[in-house]
Amino acid sequence: MAGLVAFVLLLAVTAYACAGGADYGAGFWDLAAGGAARGRRPRRLIDHAMAPVWEVNNVWLVFVLVLMWTGFPVLFQTVFTAMWLPLALAALGMVVRGAGFALRKPVRRLSRRRLYGAAFAGASLLTPFCLGVAVGGIASGRAAPGTEAAAHVWAGPAPLAFGLFTVAETALLGAVFLTADAARFEAPDLVGYFRLRALVALGAVAVTACGVLLATRSDAPHVWQGLTRGAGLALAAASAASLAATGLLVLRGRARWARFGAVAAVGTAVFAWGLAQRPYLIPTSLTVADAAGDPQTLAWLSLVSLVALLLIGPAVALLYRLDTRGTLEPLADSDLRGVRPHRGGPADDGG
Amino acid sequence: MHTTVHLLAADAPAQLLPARQLMAFTLASHIILVPMGVALPLITLVMHHRGLRRGDPVALLLARRWSAVMAVQFAIGVVTGTVLSFEFGLLWPGLMGRWGDVFGVGFGVEAWAFFLEAVLIAIYLYGWRRLPPRTHFLLGLPLPAAALLGAFGILSANAWMNTPQGFTLDSRGDPVDVDVWKAVFTPMFGPQYWHFVVAMLMTAGYVVAGVYAVGWLRGRRDRYHRLGFTVPFTLAAAATPVQLFLGDSITRAVFREQPVKFAAMEIVWETDSHVPEYLFGRLHPDGSITGGIKFPQLDSILAGFSPDTVVQGLTAVPAADRPNATQATIAHCAFDVMVCIGSALALLAAWYGLAWLRHRRPPRSRWFYRGAACAGVGSVVAVECGWITTEVGRQPWIVYGHMRVAEAVTPTRSSALWTVFALVAVVYVLVFAAFVVVLLKMRDRWRLSDEPAGPGSGAGPGPDGAEAPEAATPYGPRPPAPAGAADAAAEPGSSAPSEGGGR
Repeated sequence: MAGLVAFVLLLAVTAYACAGGADYGAGFWDLAAGGAARGRRPRRLIDHAMAPVWEVNNVWLVFVLVLMWTGFPVLFQTVFTAMWLPLALAALGMVVRGAGFALRKPVRRLSRRRLYGAAFAGASLLTPFCLGVAVGGIASGRAAPGTEAAAHVWAGPAPLAFGLFTVAETALLGAVFLTADAARFEAPDLVGYFRLRALVALGAVAVTACGVLLATRSDAPHVWQGLTRGAGLALAAASAASLAATGLLVLRGRARWARFGAVAAVGTAVFAWGLAQRPYLIPTSLTVADAAGDPQTLAWLSLVSLVALLLIGPAVALLYRLDTRGTLEPLADSDLRGVRPHRGGPADDGG
Repeated sequence: MHTTVHLLAADAPAQLLPARQLMAFTLASHIILVPMGVALPLITLVMHHRGLRRGDPVALLLARRWSAVMAVQFAIGVVTGTVLSFEFGLLWPGLMGRWGDVFGVGFGVEAWAFFLEAVLIAIYLYGWRRLPPRTHFLLGLPLPAAALLGAFGILSANAWMNTPQGFTLDSRGDPVDVDVWKAVFTPMFGPQYWHFVVAMLMTAGYVVAGVYAVGWLRGRRDRYHRLGFTVPFTLAAAATPVQLFLGDSITRAVFREQPVKFAAMEIVWETDSHVPEYLFGRLHPDGSITGGIKFPQLDSILAGFSPDTVVQGLTAVPAADRPNATQATIAHCAFDVMVCIGSALALLAAWYGLAWLRHRRPPRSRWFYRGAACAGVGSVVAVECGWITTEVGRQPWIVYGHMRVAEAVTPTRSSALWTVFALVAVVYVLVFAAFVVVLLKMRDRWRLSDEPAGPGSGAGPGPDGAEAPEAATPYGPRPPAPAGAADAAAEPGSSAPSEGGGR
C-alpha cells in the first residue's frame, strides 16, 4: 500500500512538473521578452495562453503536499525542516508570481503592468529553481530525518544542478507550448519566435541534464546507481530520446506534437529520478516503508485519490480540451459594459 | 514524557512567537477571501439562473461582472491558500510529522475538491463568450458542491485539532491504529462545519449586497442596483436566523467538548454554578475581572438552560494546560464581537423580512441601507473573530490535549522567521492593496460605461462592432489606434488599450 501511495505521489509530482512547468516556463519567457514594446506581443500570447489553466496547474502542488504529509508524514517533516530556506523562498515566489499575474490582467497603466509583470516573471524563475533545489537536496540524501535547517543541505552540487535543470525544463515546456499556442491563435510571427526559444531551451536542458548526471555521480551516489541500471536507466534513456524527438518535431514545425515530446521528456525524467531512489524516499536514510503513515490512512488515501481521479480526470480533460480548442476566452470589456438600449449587442453574444 | 512537556511549556522556544504571528497573519488574510471563494459562485449562479430563465440582460450583466471579480479574487485565494499548505511544513513540521497520517485524509478530500473547483471555475469564468448559454450554466452548477466539499476537508482537519480522536498512542506517544472515519467525523466537526458554511454564505451575500447598498445611498437606484442588492441580500438574510441557531448550538458543543475553551470564551475562572455572563471585560492573571457588563446567572442558563448548570472554570486544569489570562481575554472579546455582530445582522435581516411581508418590497429607509452597507464589513469582522475565538481558545494546544504549539514549531531560527514574516507582510499588504485598487478600477470602468453618455466618454464608445472582432481574435491584425487613444486609460472602449486589457 505504501508503494502505491508513493507511486501516486510520484505521479502527482510528474503532473506538477509538466503542467506547472509549462506555466513557469511561460513566465520565464515573459521575463526574457525584453522591453515593453518589443515584448508586447509575446506577453499577450503568454497571458492569453496561461489564463484559463494556471490555477489548475498550481493545485497539483497542493496535492503533492497533501499526499506527502498524509501518506509520509516523516518525509514531509524532514524535507520542510532541513530545506527551510529554499522552500520558504518557493512559497514566497508563488505568492508574488500568482498575484502579479492575476493583477496584471485587469490593470491598464503601463507602469503598473510592468511592475506586476516583472513580479510575475521574476518569481517564475525563482520558484522552480527553489523547488528543483529541494528535490536535489532529497536526491543527495543530505536532508536525512532529524537534520536541522542548514545551507549545506541544499547548497551542494546536486541540489544546484537539479535547480538549474528544473528551470531549463520549465523554459523548454513553456516555449514548446507557446509555439503551439501561437499557431493556435494565428500569430505566425510568434511561432518562429518561440520555436527558436524552444530550441535554445532544448540545448539548455541537454547541458543541465549532463550537469545533473555529473553532480549525482559524486553527490548523490544512490541516485546515480539507480540511473545507471535497470528501470532508471531505461527511463533516463527514454527521456533523452523524447528530448531528441522534441527537437526534431520543433524543427519540422510540428509544434502540437512537440508538446507531447516535451511532456514525455520531462515526465520520464521525473520518473527516472523517482525510480532511481527506490526503495528510499530520501536515499539511504528513509525508506518508503519506514516513512509510511498508518496503513488504514494509506488505504483511505488511495481510495480518496481513486474517487477523485474519476471526478477530476474528466473535468481536467474537459478543461484542457476546451482550452486547446479555443473555447475558453476571458470576458472582454464589451461583455461587462452596461445594457443601455444602444448597447444591446454584448449581452446577446455574452449570455 | 510529562516532564519534557512541562519543560517545553515553561520556556517556549524563541521561534514560537514569529511562527505564530506568521501563521496568524497569513491565515487572517486568506480568510478574508474564503467567503467569496466558497459562496460567491453560488450567488453568481443564482443571478445567472435568473438572467437565463427570464431572459433578463441586467441579471446576466451582473453575473458576468461578478465572474470578472471572481476571476481576480479566486486567483489571489489560490496563492494565499497554497502558502498555507507550505506553512504546515515551514512552521509546524512537528504537527504534520506526528499527526499527518491521522488527520490528513480530510486534506486529501479538500485538495481534490479544490482541484475540481479550480477546473470548474476556469471553465465557468472563461466560458461566457463561446460556450452555449445552457451548457455554460450547467457546467457551473457543480461549483457550490465542490466548494462545500472543500470546506468539509478543511473543517474536518480543524475540528480534529479541537477534539482529536481516532487513534491510540503507543509507548513512545506516537499515534497508531488510526481509525480514519472517527478522525474525520470528530465531535466538533458537525457544529463547526454548518456554522462555517452558513457564515460563508452570509458574508459573501452581505459583502456583495453592501456594494449596491452604497450605490443606493449615493442615489443610484436603477434596476441594476436593485437587483444587485436584492439577490445576495435575500440569500444572506435568509441564512441569518439559521446562523443564530447554529451559533448557539456550536457554543453549547464547545461547552460539552472543550470546557476549558468555553471557560476562556466566557472568562470563567472558578468552576461553579450560577455563573454570570460578561459582555466584554478583561480577565487578569489573578482571576479578577475588570470592565464589561455583568449579567448574573446568564452564562449557566445559556450553557445548560438552568442557573444550576455547573460551568467548568479555567482553574480546573493546571496553568500550563490552559490559555493564559491575555489569551482568554482575546478569545472572550473576539467571541463577544462576533455575537454582537451576528445579533445586529439578525435585526437587519428581520427588518428586511418584515418589509417584504408587509409591503412586498425592500425597506426604503436610508438607515436600512446604511446598515446593509456596513453588514458586509461587519460579517467579515465576525468571521475573523470566530476564527480568533476557536484558535486562541485552544491554546496552548495545537492538538487539544495531545500536542502543544511549542512542540510542533519548526526548529528554524527565530531571526529567519522574523525576516520571512516581514517579507510576507510587505508582499501581502502590496497584493491586497493592489487587489482593492484593481477592484475599484473595474468598478469605475463599469460605472463609466453604464452612464449613457457621460462626460469623458466622448471619444470612446463608438459602435460596438468596431471592437467585437478585436476582442474575439486578439492576435489578428489590428486597426490603427484611434485618435482618442490619449485618454485610453480612462476609456476602455477604444481598441488600443483593450489590447490585453480585456483579459
